[in-house]
Order: sequence, then C-alpha cells, then structure tokens
Amino acid sequence: MKLLSTKATCNSHGQDSSYFLGWQEYEKNPYDEKKNPKGIIQMGLAENQLCFDLLESWLNKNPDAAGFKRDGQSIFRELALFQDYHGLPAFKKALVEFMSEIRGNKVTFDPNKIVLTAGATSANETLMFCLAEPGDAFLLPTPYYPGFDRDLKWRTGVEIVPIHCTSSNDFQITETALEKAYKQAQKQNLRVKGVLVTNPSNPLGTTMSRNELNLLVDFITAKNIHLISDEIYSGTVFNSPGFISIMEILKERNCSEDTEVWNRVHIVYSLSKDLGLPGFRVGALYSNDDMVVAAATKMSSFGLVSSQTQYLLSAMLSDKKFTKNYISENQKRLKQRQKKLVSGLEKAGISCLKSNAGLFCWVDMRHLLSSNTFEAEIELWKKIVYDVKLNISPGSSCHCTEPGWFRVCFANMSEETLKLSMQRLKAFVDTTINVHNQSNHQSVKNSRRKSLSKWVFRLSFDDREPCGER
Amino acid sequence: MATLSKIATNNRHGENSPYFDGWKAYDKNPFHPTRNPEGVIQMGLAENQLCFDLIKEWISKNPSASICTAEGVDEFKDIANFQDYHGLPEFRQAVAKFMSRARGGGVTFDPQRVVMAGGATGANELITFCIADPGDAFLVPSPYYPAFDRDLGWRTGVKIVPVNCYSSNNFQITREALEEAYKKAREANINVKGLIITNPSNPLGTTLHRDTLESLVSFVNEKNIHLVVDEIYAATVFSSPKFVSITEIIEEMGSNINRDNFHVIYSLSKDMGLPGFRVGIVYSYNDMVVHCGRKMSSFGLVSSQTQYLLAAMLNDDEFVDNFLAESSKRLAKRYQTFTKGLEQVGIKCLKSNAGLFFWMNLGHRLKEQTLEGEMVLWRMIINDVKLNVSPGSSFQCTEPGWFRVCFANMDDETVHVALNRIGAFVSQGKEISSEPQKKKRWQKKELHLSFSSRIYEESVMSPHKNMMSPHSPIPQSPLVRA
Repeated sequence: MKLLSTKATCNSHGQDSSYFLGWQEYEKNPYDEKKNPKGIIQMGLAENQLCFDLLESWLNKNPDAAGFKRDGQSIFRELALFQDYHGLPAFKKALVEFMSEIRGNKVTFDPNKIVLTAGATSANETLMFCLAEPGDAFLLPTPYYPGFDRDLKWRTGVEIVPIHCTSSNDFQITETALEKAYKQAQKQNLRVKGVLVTNPSNPLGTTMSRNELNLLVDFITAKNIHLISDEIYSGTVFNSPGFISIMEILKERNCSEDTEVWNRVHIVYSLSKDLGLPGFRVGALYSNDDMVVAAATKMSSFGLVSSQTQYLLSAMLSDKKFTKNYISENQKRLKQRQKKLVSGLEKAGISCLKSNAGLFCWVDMRHLLSSNTFEAEIELWKKIVYDVKLNISPGSSCHCTEPGWFRVCFANMSEETLKLSMQRLKAFVDTTINVHNQSNHQSVKNSRRKSLSKWVFRLSFDDREPCGER
Repeated sequence: MATLSKIATNNRHGENSPYFDGWKAYDKNPFHPTRNPEGVIQMGLAENQLCFDLIKEWISKNPSASICTAEGVDEFKDIANFQDYHGLPEFRQAVAKFMSRARGGGVTFDPQRVVMAGGATGANELITFCIADPGDAFLVPSPYYPAFDRDLGWRTGVKIVPVNCYSSNNFQITREALEEAYKKAREANINVKGLIITNPSNPLGTTLHRDTLESLVSFVNEKNIHLVVDEIYAATVFSSPKFVSITEIIEEMGSNINRDNFHVIYSLSKDMGLPGFRVGIVYSYNDMVVHCGRKMSSFGLVSSQTQYLLAAMLNDDEFVDNFLAESSKRLAKRYQTFTKGLEQVGIKCLKSNAGLFFWMNLGHRLKEQTLEGEMVLWRMIINDVKLNVSPGSSFQCTEPGWFRVCFANMDDETVHVALNRIGAFVSQGKEISSEPQKKKRWQKKELHLSFSSRIYEESVMSPHKNMMSPHSPIPQSPLVRA
C-alpha cells in the first residue's frame, strides 16, 4: 500500500516549474550591495518595498496598536483569545472601506460579505473548494500567475483550462478565445464552473478594459458560470486608464442583488501587494452569494488571520488620513519606478508591454531568442539567471503561448540595484546582438533572417516607443 | 450549471451538530458577574486563560519583540516582507525548544522538521492531505474532539472510523478495540491509512500510559499505517502521572519502527492560551511529509508579525521555565477547586491529570440511558442551570451521561457561581425524584434511574480516592450520593 497521499507525491504543487527554480538559484547566490555585489539580483519577486517608510511612520505615531492596547487599555487577553472565524469586525469594516477607497469610492462593499483568509493563496483555494468538484475546470486567461497551478488545482482536484491571449492585441481577452477555451474544456470532458481573471493582470501589469470586463459578464451570463476577479493588485494602478472593478461593471449593467449573475461574481483581495505586507498573511474573499460566504467562512478555520495582525491593521486602515495619503503616494512611487525600468530596458534595446499597474513589466525579449521556441526561451532565461545574474520569470512559467516574454519586477529593490540590473542586461544584450550579427552570416532561412534584421534594425533607433508592439 | 460544490453544501463541517447549540445559547445570553449574573456560563470552551498576566508582563518588558514599537520598528520591513514558508529560522528554533521543554526536556526536536499551519485545525487537515487520499480512513479512539470530523474529513474526503473506548477501563485504548475496529474497516473495504490520537486526551483530560503508547506504536508498525499524535495539550499536564510524549517512545524504539509513519501535531493555543494567534505545527519524522507539508503550509502560514513575537518569547528560557511551572500549578489548583466542589455534591468525574476540562459523569441523572436521555439532561443544564457544557455524544462517546466541563476559561468568581449552580441543580434533583410533579417543564416524572444497566458505575472515579479497579463490584447508588 502506498504510504503517502497522491497529493504528496505528485507535481501539482507546481514547484518544479522554472518560476521556482529561478528562486532557488537566487537563494544560493543572492545579491547584496556590500556583501555579494556579483550575486543574482532578484527580479522574480513581485513585492512592493517602496512604501515601508510610510508604514513605519504611522507605527511611530500610533503606539497603542503596537502594544495590544486600545485607548491606553490592554486588550491583550481579548486578542489572544479571539479566534472567531467571522473576523474582527473593526478590521473587516476598515478593510472593505479601504477596498472601496482604492476603487475611487465608485463601489461599496458590505463587511458581512467578506471572508478573511491566510493570504490570497488561501482565498483562491477556498473559492475552488466552494465552487467546484474535483475534475471541474476553471478558465484562466494566459499568461497567468504560476502559483495558480498550486492554489487552484493541487488539493482541490480542479483543472485549469487556458484562455489563450496573444501579443497581437496586447494579450487582451477576446470572445473567440473564451469560446475556444470553453470548447476545449468540453473536448476534455471537463465541466467548466467559471472563469478566473487577475485584474490588474499578473504578469502583464495592465488593467482590464471596460470592453473585456463586459465581455466576461456576457460570457458567464450565457454559460451560467462563476467569475472570480483576483484584484490583489488593485491598489497598484499608477497610470491611466484607471482601474475598473468588476463590481463597477455589474453596477453599470444594473446587475444588482436581484439578478443571478450578481451571485456568481466573487472577488479576491489581499494586503500583500498594495500594502507590501505578504508576511502578515492577510487575504480576503468577497462574494455576493450568502451560501458562498457561509461555506467559505467555515473553511477559513484552516487559515485564519492572526488576531494580533487583524488588530494592528484595523487601526491602520481606519486612519483615513493615512490611507488616503498612502494610496496616492504608493501609486506615485510605483509610477516613477516603473518608468526607470522601462527606460533602462529601452537603453538595452528591449521593449515591454505598455503597462499601468502591478509591480512588474511584461518584457519582450523575442528578438534575443535563437529560435521562436520555448527551448530557446529557457536557454535565454538560463543565460540571464546564471550569466547576467538576474532572476526574472520566463513567460512559459506563466503559460504564455508565445516564447520570448519575461516578467521583470521593479518594486522589490532599491533604485541603485535596479540601475545595476539594467546595466548588466545592456551589457548582455550588446554581446548577444554581436553574436547574432555574426550568426547572420551563416546560412539562415530567409524569413528568419528578415525578422532578425528587423529587430537589429529596430535596436539602432533611439526614438522608438517604449513598448514594441503598439 | 453554476451550482456550488458538494463540500460547500454538505454538512461535514459539522456545525449543525447539537454541540454548537450550547454555544448559541451562550452567545444569546452570556454570563457576566455584574452585567448579566443570570446569564449562561461558558464551560464548553477549552481555553486556557490562567496565565495571561505572565505573558503580558513579558511583552511589556520586551518591547523589541514587537515590530511595531519604537524599539522594534527597525525590523518591520524585513518581517512584514517575510513570507517564506520555511518560517523565520528563529521561530522554528524557538518552537522546537519549547516543545522539548514542555515535555520535560527528555526529547529534542529538530527545527528543520517544524512545519507551520493555520492552528492545529490547519495542521490536522494538512497532515491528512499528505498521508491520505479521498475515501481513505483514519482510526480515531472515541470519545474524540468533535471538530475532527471537519478537520480530518471535510475537504479531504477522508473518513473517520471510531475506536470505541469504555468507562469500564477509564476509556483507555485497548489493543483489542484497535484490532476490532481495523478488522471491521477492512471487511467493509475501507482503506485505513492511520491512527490519530490526542494525548493528553480531549475530552478525557488524561495522559496515555507508557505501555498503551508502546502498544499503539506496535499496532501501527505491524499494520504499516501512520500514527498521528495530537499533543496540543502537552503542557497542560498538572499532576501525575508524568506526560509521556510519543517522541520519547519513538526515540526508544530506534530502528525497530519505521519512523516515516510517525507525526506529531502541536499548537500554542492551549498550552499558552493564544488561540487567536493561529500557531499550528506539524512535526513529522517523514522527510517527504515535511517537504510536501511545507509547500502546503502556504495555505495557512503563521503571520510573520506573530512568528517574530513568539520567537523572542519562547527563546527566553527563564520565561518559559517559569511559565510552564506556573501554568501547571494554576491548572492544578483550578482543577482541585472544581473537583472538590463537585465531590461535595456527589458528582463524579474521570480522574484526570491534564487538559483544560474534566469528564463529568451524570449518567445516574439520566432518565433514560440513551442518547435522547443525555440530550434532555443537557438541554436542562443549558436552559435551567445555565451552564454550557458539552454532551458526551458530541464526542462520539458510546455511553450516555458523560459531559465535558471546561474549567480554565473563567475567573475565580465565576468558578464559584458555577459550582453554586451545580450544587443547586443537584439538590433540585433530590427534590425531583421525591416530588415528581414539581417542575412542569420536565417531561419525565422521575429522575431516578434503573440500576441494572449501569456498567459504567463500576469505574466511576472519585477524584479524591485511589483509582478504583475497573472491575470493582461496588455499586454506587446515585440517589444516596445525590
């Protein structure tokens, strides 16, 4: 009899993927300005390290929250004992108001419909347990966050069927792609329970257009399925077009409490990206369906948020002056930092998808591939990790259908480190272009020669647009 | 069709069980010494509230343990950012050290085997996902913690096969009972993957004897199934016999057993009284389980803010030694207060030496020796006596009339009130049996029992007498005692 479970011995946790292997390499040889200046720079981690000073300054001014005190009185005992899966009411209230503020107060959220979980990781898994049986499927647009393979599939037995998006239209979701994915699921005998999107997108760094959102609502209405909108990056939108929440769309379409579709839209949130607090494990799922809220609340027992943390954050997020300033300052700094990455890439002759959100850019390195294949992508990626010493995430780990795209993070390091990473990249590219120029003299297919020279030609211009494809 | 999943709509979360009705009654009318002195006293919640003063004192003396104080805020950034599922190294080390100290220092724990989970709730589910597939089963000795049905089976699809234990031998787990349960399961084509025990026991409050543990180890070794020991109450042992952790047996047995089959579940919710902080631990001797469990812990990591605080606290040897000793002392005192008070009114409990509760025997007060009889009595206790206690049936106890009563989640004043109410209830019982018409709302006219089927009586323990032999022929007439 086999000793362990199937789950323990399979690969569905997805952690053998390249996404995580890059991390492992980084762990072995991490860059440090002083101690290890030749080490690998971590650009594969979507963390927001730009605003800790604002948090620290708030802490300095609010000692009560730190010391388990409320109005000078100790509430240690109450917090130590508080394990109610309904969550600290003050925290839920502050959290939904914060979510509303991020959305320009165009939508409001009911604290009774939010369920606290141990990070968005847990929220996403919980929704799968609530909405799908083992063997059911959710449709996800590609490219998508590699962690979804673990979070949505591993212990739940749910399948992911990709909705293929391509660079031809900046990876936007189309009706054709949706229908194609649905049919593919049917061909595989999988019952589709819903669509899950990340908006703003990881790894694209773009917000979904009104058109796409309406398309999604049309689709789930027609197919009578669920829609999960993972809005974990909603507070990182730093440029136009602004963020349009799925709730806004429902409101616009008068899909209020009376309609069925209202109950089939669920939102996932977390403070890991917007506030830069991934260590605190603060996730949430929001649903208009009371049954989902009820079931998910019970399931949250398996991963509640520490009461110590709930209390601290309820105080912080209730401070409206603080949140207002934080949201705008965070966006400002992200905008500046993204610009630096984009111009650094430009100098290296690399373009990226025009983005307005997130903690990363979706970078186009197709011209650096030796061939238009995923093998070539991994070959390039290995060079970048081991030789250039930058841990970036290859598009294949995000299930992208086109080789040559990479996710590069910009908010998890100092400005100097970012500058250094761009210098290393430029040096690498200059060498690679020389090699390509040499290889052009060898016998190559005409079409490939044409496309190679097109890229070479392009690189010699200084005044092209930052994002190659538009 | 956009329906919800079976898991979301079935009852395996167990919250529709009567176990929770008592909680609901309490929530509607909670006792407060001044604001609501007639309210329901919560005696169904196994919390340890006796040592907060010690923890609070430590926290105020160690401001740098918090990342939010002026003394600690320099660490804020790194800690807030830290989501590595290995956990903070200092946290794992501190937990391993604490686990050792809580077991008298006889065994050491390897920090590399410490895996985090969302409380023991998350830990029990996690170990199940690692060692069993949907449809598999675990043997669990009854009576057992009601939420095991949810933790072990709800989302995992794993079944529980109870191993029945009886008061005739103080509910000890016998080899015969294990073999019988295992045999029956196999005959029904149920794939038994392991045995899960709680030691010290919830709800019994007793620790397992060394020879019982050795017998369990030999059983699982022979059948090549897993043994999961939930030691969540390890540091609540307040009197002899001394606690013997499974880890001691594992060390002693050396290569005679397959260590890959052994796992320990732990938490700080009971020993330290910190259920709100959600610190669950899976400690496995199986490398693959540690490896896989660690990845799964992503679904319920301990907040880094909490890890950091507790790492500092549990690394403070002086604090830990004092805490463990003092906690034990206070639990012993509270236990004695209760059992003395109960003895005075003729209520017997299982002799126990650990836990935050005692296992009270009210079998003699049942009109009918049935589940229904127990429910009737229980509802009376909640609604009339106004104490929320937990009926044995919610723990899958096969003998009606047992109740778990928690004693560490209230202050001394409330203890007094609770004892008074119990005393009053018992004396009313005396009146009831002689004047059956007195209380209309009691359907049954008489409370006195038929003595013929009270096999449990032989083994009912008086806490202040020596352990009675399980085969003692002395009958106890409840009417005399009452």
